[in-house]
Amino acid sequence: MSENWRGAWVVAYRELLRFVNERSRIVSSLAFPLLFLVIFGAGFGPTIGAIAPGVDFIQFMYPGIVAMSVLTTSLFAGVSVVWDREFGFLREILVAPIGRTGIVVGKALGAGVTALLQVLILLLLAPIIGVSLTLQTILLLVPIVVILSLGLSGLGILLASFMTSQQGFQLLIQLLIFPLIFLAGVFFPVNDVPIWLEVISKVNPLTYGVDAIRQVILGSVPGLGVTVLGHTMTLLEEIAVVVGLDVLLIGGAVAAFNRQE
Amino acid sequence: MDRQAKAIGVRELARSFGKIEAVKGISFEVAEGELFGFLGPNGAGKTTTINMLCTLLRPSRGGATVNGFDIVRERSEVRRSIGLVFQQTTLDEYLSAEQNLLFHAFAYNVPADLRNHRIHELLTMVELWDRRKGSVRTFSGGMKRRLEIARGLLHHPRVLFLDEPTIGLDPQTRRHIWNYLQRVREQEHLTLFLTTQYLDEAESCDRIAIIDRGEIVALDTPDGLKRAVGGDLVTFSVENPSSAVEEVKSRYGLDASARDGTVRFHVEHGDRFLPKFVQTFPQPLLSIALQRPTLEDVFITLTGHEIRDSELDAKDQLLAAGRWRMGR
Repeated sequence: MSENWRGAWVVAYRELLRFVNERSRIVSSLAFPLLFLVIFGAGFGPTIGAIAPGVDFIQFMYPGIVAMSVLTTSLFAGVSVVWDREFGFLREILVAPIGRTGIVVGKALGAGVTALLQVLILLLLAPIIGVSLTLQTILLLVPIVVILSLGLSGLGILLASFMTSQQGFQLLIQLLIFPLIFLAGVFFPVNDVPIWLEVISKVNPLTYGVDAIRQVILGSVPGLGVTVLGHTMTLLEEIAVVVGLDVLLIGGAVAAFNRQE
Repeated sequence: MDRQAKAIGVRELARSFGKIEAVKGISFEVAEGELFGFLGPNGAGKTTTINMLCTLLRPSRGGATVNGFDIVRERSEVRRSIGLVFQQTTLDEYLSAEQNLLFHAFAYNVPADLRNHRIHELLTMVELWDRRKGSVRTFSGGMKRRLEIARGLLHHPRVLFLDEPTIGLDPQTRRHIWNYLQRVREQEHLTLFLTTQYLDEAESCDRIAIIDRGEIVALDTPDGLKRAVGGDLVTFSVENPSSAVEEVKSRYGLDASARDGTVRFHVEHGDRFLPKFVQTFPQPLLSIALQRPTLEDVFITLTGHEIRDSELDAKDQLLAAGRWRMGR
């Protein structure tokens, strides 16, 4: 067990070192969410107006963009596995006396902390957008971002276990990111859309991660919460969905990672 | 060899990739403190063997112990007790030299009070202390290799495995790396197990196993292997070669032959035989030369082909694919 703990922290530590060493990655990973926020906000905002009482489009979209940056950063854990395999460092990791489970958890934790740093940077925008944040909000956001990130990192690592080329994996991630984001209630509430869209969105577990972050940042706005079969999901229930997702995907990633010789 | 003094013990070790058997049941032992070389062409099974000994690859049959630990049942113990330098670089190029070593120290649980001292000691030895803050991607091939050697030694392994440590480096850098390895041996008192396809490097080993097509075809000291070829070659010229041939046969019992006016014969320990020969041979000698056999001669004699003709045939490509697959 101690081999897994040590593995988790040493792998996570290295992910963070790399993130700090590569400042360009910080900028590029923030660029996408910012672009969406500014362009979509300026473009659709005036036309759409208020989405719920006291919540305009950009305020509605803002928590979704935060979740989106968690998604892109977390899937990067998978990119880093493929990268390590291609450049050989994975062998240094695999031959070390550290557990495979620890390696997977370490990659996921590294992505989790990276995602958290990105989110904290994005939170600086809150006053400009007209969202007021309290210390309590931020403290509540920290664990939610981390658990959401763990599951999505698990997804990235799981997929990476089957991929050998960097290009192939990037393509797969691109194909995956957009449907995941568009069908997770980032840009529109998923309650009042055509039934097919509603069903897909509510099956997408990311929807509950997005809504959890939205509930924390905007507070509980009547009529905005995701409903399942007439029941409005509470924050706790949504966290439970995300934790379930974590167990499933991290478990799958560990299994896939162990399968490799 | 008693169990205590044995660093590596291999019995009937074999590994197949699909239908192809890359290593065909090899057995050998390496003593503690030995510099043991695995010599063979590309695709001979060198890397597959090293990967099995390092617990990166499971044997299809047979087994081995490294430092007394079983390579299948005691993988963690084996891993903790060995250091590794792979054929391809396995450094994180986006970290500094020092950060790479720190990662390794954490992963191998090197105690905090030893960590910095050890990093300083090793980086000084491989002459990279001044560059410790430098990003590895700015390093030359030789510098990277030196850093990998330092990293492999960081956790005080008892056996250091080096898979083609000098491949792809220029001759001068290769010599440098060898100087470091000799220094490592003196300072660290460890067993070195290396694979190579350079014959001059194999000469520096205590013992060499020659591996070809997955089988060990010979295992001995460099001198022993050369003796197996039939000893040293002595050539000399005299006024009357044909009578000299008879003289060599009758006086020393050696099978000599004359060609183009020179007489030639093989003899073991030619260096010791030559002074005696010069003193006692009755005819005046015009010239004389002693030629020691090279490992190249040994390799050709044993395998029937040169070590260099290693163009990738279909089998080798499959083996290469196998190597690549296990890197995952």
